[in-house]
Amino acid sequence: MDAEITLHVDGTARHVTVDARTTLLDALRERLGVMAPKKGCDHGQCGSCTVLLNDRRVITCLVLAVAHDGARIVTAEGLAQDDHLHPVQQAFIDHDGFQCGYCTPGQICSAVGMLKEAEAGWPSAVSDLAAAEVRLSPAEIRERMSGNLCRCGAYAGIVAAIQQAAR
Amino acid sequence: MNPFEYQRAEDVATAVATVSGNENAAFLGGGTNLVDHLKLGVATPNLLVDVSGLPLDRVESLPDGGLRIGAAVRNSDAAADPRIRRDYPMLAEALLSGASAQVRNLATMGGNLLQRTRCVYFQDVTTPCNKRVPGSGCSALRGYHRYHAILGASEHCVAVHPSDLAVALVALDAVVQVSGPDGDRAVPVTDLYRLPGDAPERDTVLERGELITAIDLPVLPMAARSGYRKVRDRASYAFALVSVAAAVDLFDNGTIRDVRIAFGGVAHKPWRAYRAEDALRGRPTTAEAFDDAANAELRDARPLRDNVFKLRMARGALVAALQHLTGADR
Ligand SMILES: Cc1cc2nc3c(=O)[nH]c(=O)nc-3n(C[C@H](O)[C@H](O)[C@H](O)COP(=O)(O)OP(=O)(O)OC[C@H]3O[C@@H](n4cnc5c(N)ncnc54)[C@H](O)[C@@H]3O)c2cc1C
Ligand code: SF4
Ligand code: FES
Ligand code: FES
Repeated sequence: MDAEITLHVDGTARHVTVDARTTLLDALRERLGVMAPKKGCDHGQCGSCTVLLNDRRVITCLVLAVAHDGARIVTAEGLAQDDHLHPVQQAFIDHDGFQCGYCTPGQICSAVGMLKEAEAGWPSAVSDLAAAEVRLSPAEIRERMSGNLCRCGAYAGIVAAIQQAAR
Repeated sequence: MNPFEYQRAEDVATAVATVSGNENAAFLGGGTNLVDHLKLGVATPNLLVDVSGLPLDRVESLPDGGLRIGAAVRNSDAAADPRIRRDYPMLAEALLSGASAQVRNLATMGGNLLQRTRCVYFQDVTTPCNKRVPGSGCSALRGYHRYHAILGASEHCVAVHPSDLAVALVALDAVVQVSGPDGDRAVPVTDLYRLPGDAPERDTVLERGELITAIDLPVLPMAARSGYRKVRDRASYAFALVSVAAAVDLFDNGTIRDVRIAFGGVAHKPWRAYRAEDALRGRPTTAEAFDDAANAELRDARPLRDNVFKLRMARGALVAALQHLTGADR
């Protein structure tokens, strides 16, 4: 079954006809040429395909594109404002938060979404549930970012980068 | 992937009628389990009815003071809900221990409950598996079964249910509201899941076309002192080897008035530990009492060749959870 859908990707409305079987990740990469989200595992296990979907961080490899007609999507490519990198992007550069870079667009989208969640007071598995405010300790950052694997093991730099961006 | 049609459900009644009238149709929630199974060939529906957009996305107070969580509420929203965090912390902790933030932002409450086992053979269509193809055999019995059951299994299937949420719900005596072709019914979560017996292809007592619309949490003041402890191969983003949901109520003299305990990772269903609970009522909060409770529950455990370790792990997790809740670890 084919369906015509519109995705608002990094500020631009994109119309595309997709088979119902197409994941959001494949629609972005294969159909729209948006290469920032990466296909690591294709089974929800690595986080490299993370984008912001209607302001929330999600994996895109286990969602169907047809189910998200009209959605607003921000990828790592859409975070910069004109010539200014997003503070999270700058922080990854400042702290060597990557090596090969394959996981990085997913890490960065995830971090941006994570900072919003923390600001909204969302707890994590290592939080005190009674606390209204979240203090982003390294332990909190590690737990909240555990959905993004890095085969190069750049974790130390990633945690430091996010600590800087959180300030 | 087999071709299929996609439909957005207009309302509960139409969704139920559509899926109950077509044996190759399935409900779609966030898709984080079902889409995986479409890719793997484990599920081959020809029609998906998307129920994630139905107006079942609120957490509401019930007249008796309990809480109703709509089936389409996302796992992350439920875990952040102030009432759930305050009155049912074990539930928020169970949700937060599951998957990753990016998955929890998609996963719905209904889909979480009906996710299927992570048994590697169930997910691999080239291997025999009674749950996937009834009568084909169980590859896990003599295969890779570290993660598998130590309680309530059968020779037909030794898989465990993977949901953390469900473990907290059985401890809390939660009830799922279900809409089906023959009307609505309420199913206690302790009765929702089946043991495998000779029909492991059925995870739950739900019939084709029955839609979970909500989860009701009863008033349970003791749940304010509750928690969820999960033991796994890595610190985060992994399924449980063993988990424990527990709530404790103490008399003024410090002995145990009442307690709720459930185990995850040990059986085909989230395992409510009634025997452990019985063993603890009236007892002091000592390591000895906690150990007796673990013995009472695990007495009939039948571990497999490679998961004998789960016996000690379940005992340790239970004792640690109870010590933490009663302050005995301070
Ligand atoms: C990498 C990874 C790690 C994970 N780790 C954990 C973990 O540690 N702990 C844990 O508990 N879970 C874990 N999960 C599983 C995750 O929690 C589930 O995939 C998710 O909760 C399923 O919800 P969904 O809305 O996406 O369901 P879907 O995938 O959309 O649906 C799942 C099933 O439920 C049915 N369904 C959906 N909604 C309803 C309804 N309202 N009524 C009746 N039937 C319905 C569907 O037909 C389907 O059979 C993990 C998943 C991934 C990918
Ligand atoms: S344990 Fe159950 S799910 Fe796993 S192979 Fe055996 S029958 Fe299949
Ligand atoms: S590609 Fe989506 S999580 Fe790995
Ligand atoms: S930088 Fe190489 S995978 Fe993370």
